[in-house]
Amino acid sequence: MFPLIVAHIFVLIVIASVAFHFWSPWWWTPVASNWGGMDDTILLTFWVTGVVFIAVCLFMAYCIWRYRYQKDRKAEYKPEDKKLEFHLTWLTTLGVIVMLAPGLVVWHKYVTVPEDALNVEVVAYQWGWKYRLPGEDDILGKTEIKFINDENPFGLNLKDPNGKDDILVDSGDLHLQIDKPVKLLLRSLDVLHNFYVPQFRGKMDMVPGHVTYYWLTPIRTGDFEVLCAEFCGVGHYAMRGRVFVDEEKNYNQWLAQQITFEKMLAQNKIDNKSLKLVKNIE
Amino acid sequence: MSDEFDKKIEAKADTIVDAGSVPSGSAPGIDYVPAHEKPDQELYHSHSWWTTYVFSQDAKYIGIQYAITAIGTGLIGLVLSWMMRLQLAFPGLGILEPSAYYQFITMHGMIMVIYLLTALFLGGFGNLLIPLMCGARDMAFPYLNMVSYWAFLLAVLILLSSFFVPGGPTGAGWTLYPPQAITSGTPGSSAGIVLMLISLCVFVAGFTMGGLNYIITMLQSRARGMTLMRLPLTCWGIFTATVLALLAFPALLVGCIMMTLDNLLGTSFFMPAMISMGEKLSYDGGSPLLFQHLFWFFGHPEVYIIALPAFGIISDLISVHARKNIFGYRMMVWAIVGIGALSFFVWAHHMYVSGMTPWFGYFFATTTLIIAVPTAIKVYNWVLTLWRGNIHLTLPMLFALAFIVTFVNGGLTGIFLGNVTVDVPLSDTYFVVAHFHMVMGIAPILVVFGAIYHWFPLITGRMLHEGIGRIHFWVTFLGSYAIYFPMHYQGFVGVPRRYFEIYDSPYITTSTLHLNVFITIAALIVGAAQLLFLFNLIYSARAGEKAEKNPWKANSLEWLTPEMPPGHGNFGKELPVVYRWAYDFNVPGADKDYIPQTVPPSEVRYAKVEKT
Repeated sequence: MFPLIVAHIFVLIVIASVAFHFWSPWWWTPVASNWGGMDDTILLTFWVTGVVFIAVCLFMAYCIWRYRYQKDRKAEYKPEDKKLEFHLTWLTTLGVIVMLAPGLVVWHKYVTVPEDALNVEVVAYQWGWKYRLPGEDDILGKTEIKFINDENPFGLNLKDPNGKDDILVDSGDLHLQIDKPVKLLLRSLDVLHNFYVPQFRGKMDMVPGHVTYYWLTPIRTGDFEVLCAEFCGVGHYAMRGRVFVDEEKNYNQWLAQQITFEKMLAQNKIDNKSLKLVKNIE
Repeated sequence: MSDEFDKKIEAKADTIVDAGSVPSGSAPGIDYVPAHEKPDQELYHSHSWWTTYVFSQDAKYIGIQYAITAIGTGLIGLVLSWMMRLQLAFPGLGILEPSAYYQFITMHGMIMVIYLLTALFLGGFGNLLIPLMCGARDMAFPYLNMVSYWAFLLAVLILLSSFFVPGGPTGAGWTLYPPQAITSGTPGSSAGIVLMLISLCVFVAGFTMGGLNYIITMLQSRARGMTLMRLPLTCWGIFTATVLALLAFPALLVGCIMMTLDNLLGTSFFMPAMISMGEKLSYDGGSPLLFQHLFWFFGHPEVYIIALPAFGIISDLISVHARKNIFGYRMMVWAIVGIGALSFFVWAHHMYVSGMTPWFGYFFATTTLIIAVPTAIKVYNWVLTLWRGNIHLTLPMLFALAFIVTFVNGGLTGIFLGNVTVDVPLSDTYFVVAHFHMVMGIAPILVVFGAIYHWFPLITGRMLHEGIGRIHFWVTFLGSYAIYFPMHYQGFVGVPRRYFEIYDSPYITTSTLHLNVFITIAALIVGAAQLLFLFNLIYSARAGEKAEKNPWKANSLEWLTPEMPPGHGNFGKELPVVYRWAYDFNVPGADKDYIPQTVPPSEVRYAKVEKT
């Protein structure tokens, strides 16, 4: 009796897992970038691995019941079966290739940035976000940690002429234009961070001392939440921001309202106001 | 399945029958064992209570000391996880401050991975089982073995002392990534992190002493006739894991030392120019990624340092309790060794989105998915061992079956994360948390329980209580599956890990709040069931049903000692002589359903045994 119960419980685990997968409300949010390919790879992996999981568990449940202990039964004595082991090995290898190959194709796209992508710098600090866009010259000026001060919160190199027309967004929200590829250049002023918008799927750590990047093309308008996805200290969970994906007209409107580095420097000198360099959540 | 095999067995049987026709008495032809290679080990004999029970040099006692210390520390880790789960499910109660939450996740992670699982599998089961299974009187270097335990205890005490220093323990996450681990935005960035790093260094030193012992004992002190390919898979698992540990821990050690220097002396190994709390720090030019490479060069083999002993133990439990030889023994050995070797070439799959050059992604995704092949073979061989077996649903067997379910589940989600593209949306979310808890938390812990139920009679001479054990089993297995299976789906939603509070967020279309509450309640119940297990241990050690000798009718040497529990020197006057592997169950032609490793072929003349 007990083996029968145990076998049934194992079958129930499989049924419950599959049922949860298909009918629970928890699933990913609709994709808002060109990285739908990642979702497809996940689904493919789900089908392959799901079949393996179900097969192994059901086979086990069957064995538990079918080969339950009986006093007069003798177990089979069969140390090896080369043929069977060989077939299982190549079948597994095939399954692995089926999952890996499409994955690598999508990865190749992910690390190959299109030429026409707009460079947007994301600057992370404990615990908030700011952004820098190139001005009319389409080139971002050079930066270094040592140049950062109250008047120059982004740390731009004053000697680099390319930086003068850079557009600085110090107040939080980033806007992107729909259907325009953008290369996010990721920079951190202090510790590790990660610029993550769940609907965009993309992710990359920001490492102080390096500029990392990834790219995406927003495919639907809306406003989305930016989360920090790499543990960055006690305020990590509160390090949120917002991204708006706009139609061209609204995007240009927003862009026109932003301040260039040159203007910001001048303004800071006049006001002589001390900008708070590092925002603390407290 | 093929018929070749039956033919081979028949052929072998013929030769055995031929040999049997030789006049009986001495049977030099078929009872061949190699001669002694070295004299019997000279043992240290204790003379006082202190040297017998406290500063013991007997591997069995050291194993138990390791196990008790590791489980005690693990209980602290368990309580920490309750606090974290309560905070996540009921943020309104205000149970934890953010800093305490981060300190608890850090300590929970480090305790469970290093101070519980590594110490328990290698220090605990390694010490207890290696000499007994190999047929040795003790470890090769008993004194060093004793020092190894005391170093481990010291490491634990240093770690726990960080709860009492100003600023508390480090809250850097168990990965201890710089720069945040040693800058002021992280709790415990002054004293706490230093104690953590020192504790790890002491642990590595202690482990190295123990690890050299395990390896040398297994290579040098095996009984006559115990060839490497006759060792129980438990030994193979522990052996390979120890080799991995000896190669991987140095990377952790240098990482810890370099970070200590960065913190105390102001060097810049891992520290670039940066700003902290509005001030420029004096560091310049260091690379945070260097630490991540060192950490994961240790960290990924570490997964297998825990998993390989678990693989070995589970193979033995399944074989003994299904009364059938482990299917594909040689393949299992090569899979263990192969997984061990490959595990040094996959570390950067923890770093796909770390900012390292993205071109590494192709290489590490490929190596990671290759490792799935030998791992899958192991799973097939476990379930094929059940096929046509005669399965006793004892407690060790139940835990073994539960291990297979959780390990397959957790292993398959590993394929998601190992496949670099799929990792991008899922990394740093609850999917990762669910994956690694299922595969290297729950699955190995189920092995630990199965192993304790299996070898408890060997240690105490008594059986663990079956009824309590069954309640413990079902609550632990079903409960922990209920915790971690749904948690994967939080990850799909996009809930990031290491968030102290998950506010309702516009991006979460469906609230995961209720799921969080459900997971927490399940976690509390599973945790409480462990108290039942502790009660069972203490109660059964004192008043449990007396075990007969070799209660599970196993073949391996640890059950074949003259006394049970085995006495000092393990095997009485004469060391055992080994004639076969540990898996001769239900051999056609044999009288009994098992043939212990010490039975010479001349005593089972009509058994159609495969040569091992």
